[in-house]
Amino acid sequence: MKIEAHGITKKFGNFTALDKVDLQVPPGKLVALLGPSGSGKTTLLRVIAGLESADQGEVLYGEDNVTGLSAKERNVGFVFQHYALFSHMTIFENIAFGLRVRKWKNNAVRDRVRELLKLIQLESLEKRYPAQLSGGQRQRVALARSLAPQPKVLLLDEPFGALDAKVRQELRRWLRRLHDEIHMTSVFVTHDQEEAFEVADLVVVMNQGKIEQIGSPDAIFAHPANAFVMGFLGNVNVFHGRVQNGRAEVGGFEVPFPEHPHDEPQQATAYVRPHELDVDRVSHGPESLPARVLRIARSGPLVKLSLMAFDEQIPLEVELDHQRDHHLELKVGDEVFVYPHQVRIFVENEPRQ
Amino acid sequence: MTNNTSLIQTKDATIDPLWVRILLTSIAVAFLALFLLVPLAIVFSEAFKKGVHVYFAALKDPDAWAAIRLTLITAIIVVPLNALFGVAAAWAISRFQFRGKTILVSLIDLPFAVSPVIAGLIFVLLFGADGLLGPWLSDHNIQIIFAVPGIVLATAFVTFPFVARELIAFMQAQGAQEEEAAVVLGASGWQVFCRVTLPNIKWGLLYGVILCNARAMGEFGAVSVVSGHIRGLTNTIPLQVEILYNEYNFVASFTVASLLAFLALVTLLIKKFIEHRTHLQLLESQKPVDLGVNA
Repeated sequence: MKIEAHGITKKFGNFTALDKVDLQVPPGKLVALLGPSGSGKTTLLRVIAGLESADQGEVLYGEDNVTGLSAKERNVGFVFQHYALFSHMTIFENIAFGLRVRKWKNNAVRDRVRELLKLIQLESLEKRYPAQLSGGQRQRVALARSLAPQPKVLLLDEPFGALDAKVRQELRRWLRRLHDEIHMTSVFVTHDQEEAFEVADLVVVMNQGKIEQIGSPDAIFAHPANAFVMGFLGNVNVFHGRVQNGRAEVGGFEVPFPEHPHDEPQQATAYVRPHELDVDRVSHGPESLPARVLRIARSGPLVKLSLMAFDEQIPLEVELDHQRDHHLELKVGDEVFVYPHQVRIFVENEPRQ
Repeated sequence: MTNNTSLIQTKDATIDPLWVRILLTSIAVAFLALFLLVPLAIVFSEAFKKGVHVYFAALKDPDAWAAIRLTLITAIIVVPLNALFGVAAAWAISRFQFRGKTILVSLIDLPFAVSPVIAGLIFVLLFGADGLLGPWLSDHNIQIIFAVPGIVLATAFVTFPFVARELIAFMQAQGAQEEEAAVVLGASGWQVFCRVTLPNIKWGLLYGVILCNARAMGEFGAVSVVSGHIRGLTNTIPLQVEILYNEYNFVASFTVASLLAFLALVTLLIKKFIEHRTHLQLLESQKPVDLGVNA
């Protein structure tokens, strides 16, 4: 079932958490709401769930307008960041809660809970209490509990936010596999772009109560709609400068910019991701920038270089593969030339940033 | 600097000199003994001065017995009422945003700020024969002041912050997430309260009830103003203690007083136990996520 939100506005006092947000979640897809804290992503999720009522706007599940329904009546599965397991109940009773309040028969409850315990691979722990479980286990129980009453949609609020890095990775892959099995329309909130890109079919980038861009992870990564999205998606080098006569002069190097063929110059900002910069011993003309190597970190899958551009005193972050690094035989203090493979330029008079 | 000297220095830096420690500890112990332990010991030793037989005889005195009964009746009425009010107020304050919330919170604290005697006086001015509602009450043959209802009212007023204050802090610390989870899972308001809220707050609630009960049974000032000190009718335990003492009937006075002292000791014990439990519970519910080794 698809989920739609139309013109959702929500204010807390003077703070506008959501500003006329429109969102469509296609049926059976796993969608990530991605944004910095305060961007309104959690509020949007809570409005969709019915835990928060919007000042304006409508929420539709399929063809049903559920705007006036309470969270109790919407039949959604909701997973909280801090699990919100019932601490005085066993794992079994936690998962059974949604069935018991719906007056399921005891036999049916037992069968359904066993089925879910199997799904989350915690069959042996049904008699434990939440406090006796690890964080990852608790979150899986929370997920099973939310799925027990067979909800129409699944909503997750920073589901892995409170877990440490390794468990987080395992759990989000597990969530992806689970979603591929049950194909329930799902929305999850995260501030971690890596998480959103790895797990989601569709990523919704939010900022200051508005949606900046909606698209597949690949599309958003390859074609960020604006400077905010570009800047939010991981590490990026920022260069300020101007565009004129089909050329852009930013941060000491010059690249073609046919989008602005006019005479009059305009302020512009260029964004280059670390892996889109390369380093060479020789100059590539005006497209390259002389710089000094400050630090080299070779421990990861990529070699991370920190450099300082000579002329403009701009710090640069570059990522090279190990082969290239080996070939260049770089040392700290070396003077090299940095040149971009790809530059994204946003002219300043854009509506946002 | 070698390792050794740095160790000695940190030790010096974190621990006060011996004489300071001894001085501060003895001041604290002496204070405790003088103001708490000695009076407690005196109460019991005076009560049992003329033997166990006299002690129980003093308790069997009809007036003393009436005072005990009245105190129990008052507590039985007041404590559940204040528990109910406390839960309702704490629920409203910790779970909802509404206009006048801060005013409500300060109003709940009002009985702590007002002298109990003033509180009693207010009830006399309201319900007494010359009071605001006096004529209407006497027309309908209802007596509040110098009767049991007045004592109950005064006690209820003085003790009503106990449960509410305890629970507000407790429920704010716990947060509303478990309740939200229950609602999303389809529970009605009543189901959420019975199956999630109440089990979560039970120790906090019990704690408030114990304190409320101790104060309800021991309240003197407010009750003294509204009771009229009618022997065998409107005397509670604290009032009975005062009357007996004023009549130089020390053994009987301390005997009745020993009941309150005993109540205080029991209250302390239960309080200690509950504190232990709530501490554990809060630790559990707020426990940060451990490393998910088996996740």
